[in-house]
Amino acid sequence: MRGLRYISGVTSLKLDAEKCTGCRVCLSVCPHAVFAETDDRRVRVADLDACMECGACAKNCAFGAISLKPGVGCAEAIINGWLHHTEPSCGDGAGGCCGSSTGSSPSTLQPTTGGCGSDSAAPS
Amino acid sequence: MNDTVPQVSYALTWRDTFARWALRWDVGRNRAAVEPGLYRVGEPGSDSPVFATANYRMTFDLVRRDLGGLDAWLLVLDTNGINVWCAAGKGTFGTRELVNRAIQSNLSAHVSHKTIIVPQLGATGVSAHEARQAGGFKVIFGPVRSADIGEFVAAGMKTTPEMRAVTFTFVERLALTPVELVGAFRGWKAIVPLALLGAGWFLGRGELSAAMQPALAYVAGTVAGGLAVPAFLPWLPGGAFSLKGAFAGALAGAAVSLALGAPPLAFAAGTLLAAAIASFVGLNFTGATPYTSPSGVEKELRRALPLQAAAVLLAGVSWVVQFFIN
Repeated sequence: MRGLRYISGVTSLKLDAEKCTGCRVCLSVCPHAVFAETDDRRVRVADLDACMECGACAKNCAFGAISLKPGVGCAEAIINGWLHHTEPSCGDGAGGCCGSSTGSSPSTLQPTTGGCGSDSAAPS
Repeated sequence: MNDTVPQVSYALTWRDTFARWALRWDVGRNRAAVEPGLYRVGEPGSDSPVFATANYRMTFDLVRRDLGGLDAWLLVLDTNGINVWCAAGKGTFGTRELVNRAIQSNLSAHVSHKTIIVPQLGATGVSAHEARQAGGFKVIFGPVRSADIGEFVAAGMKTTPEMRAVTFTFVERLALTPVELVGAFRGWKAIVPLALLGAGWFLGRGELSAAMQPALAYVAGTVAGGLAVPAFLPWLPGGAFSLKGAFAGALAGAAVSLALGAPPLAFAAGTLLAAAIASFVGLNFTGATPYTSPSGVEKELRRALPLQAAAVLLAGVSWVVQFFIN
């Protein structure tokens, strides 16, 4: 994204070009324009290091051509995961992306106001 | 039948605006859920578009405002009062909830088509092909920002590359800083500056500026990490947030220590402490950004946490040594 790049060479994103049918749904869901169309109307990875592993592409690839380890790039969530020996999860922390709010049950972990940067952009 | 579907207004009242500002400061978070279900926007008919959104109040308010002038149906999913992207990451804004909510809300009694426009960032939780298999729904991914809905509809339900790209502008980053700062001084974290004030008073032998230096260095570090890192994100050096934070914190800590006329070792201690705290707080801001990957954050954490702890320890030792030198 414009002017902002995170650490390079870390993403777990993999595209299996053999399985790609060129439906291009990944192009339409990626928030960082990681994919680009090839000349033979299929898809290639154009900007691997821009990937934030949100998982939208893999979730929407009906042909299983995309694999990655999806998750939230949130320090607090990862530390929580280490402390509780679980998968990274937002939860009991205050502030940051994912503090809890009242009414949350263990299965419904709730981010706070600033949540994941998306509020600021007022997503529909 | 339409009578049973509640109508939403385009106009935001001063109460809505106030609630949104309060939420920015993490106030009213537990009252921020909207009733899930189907809503009418304008005067929708059976062929009007259906937009899906989350039941977080701030999201719901901004979406209904941005739908202004359109006749549409708004399908509000139950995301426990969480915004679309976070909820999609957790799966609450997901394929199953979308299909179930559409059926429960009796959507098919109101519209003659099966198309639902889902915000693009919901794609992390909603699978278009699974929604088709599960309920015969045709999911179209709309723009990232609700502000682009009008243009998206005018273009025949098509997004442009600009509509699909997330942004993280200065204003967007600044909007997230209050909640960062509130979080950094809440709970047990509020005690730390007080404890440092006590330690500073002891180590400074009751002299005011020496007493205040550790606590002010800590506050400077927190503000550097929670405010300066978000605000100056593109201009701070490095890609790693811990590095950006350490840089901003070192500057802030050095400035505070210098202003208080700290002796050399105490100056180094204040700079180190602020750098470590800002590095940690800055690293926590990764959770609020729209571009950091979990693999990257984990790698960064493994390197940064030991260094941050070492810096705090070294700062403490320096202050103690300074005490004995005096």
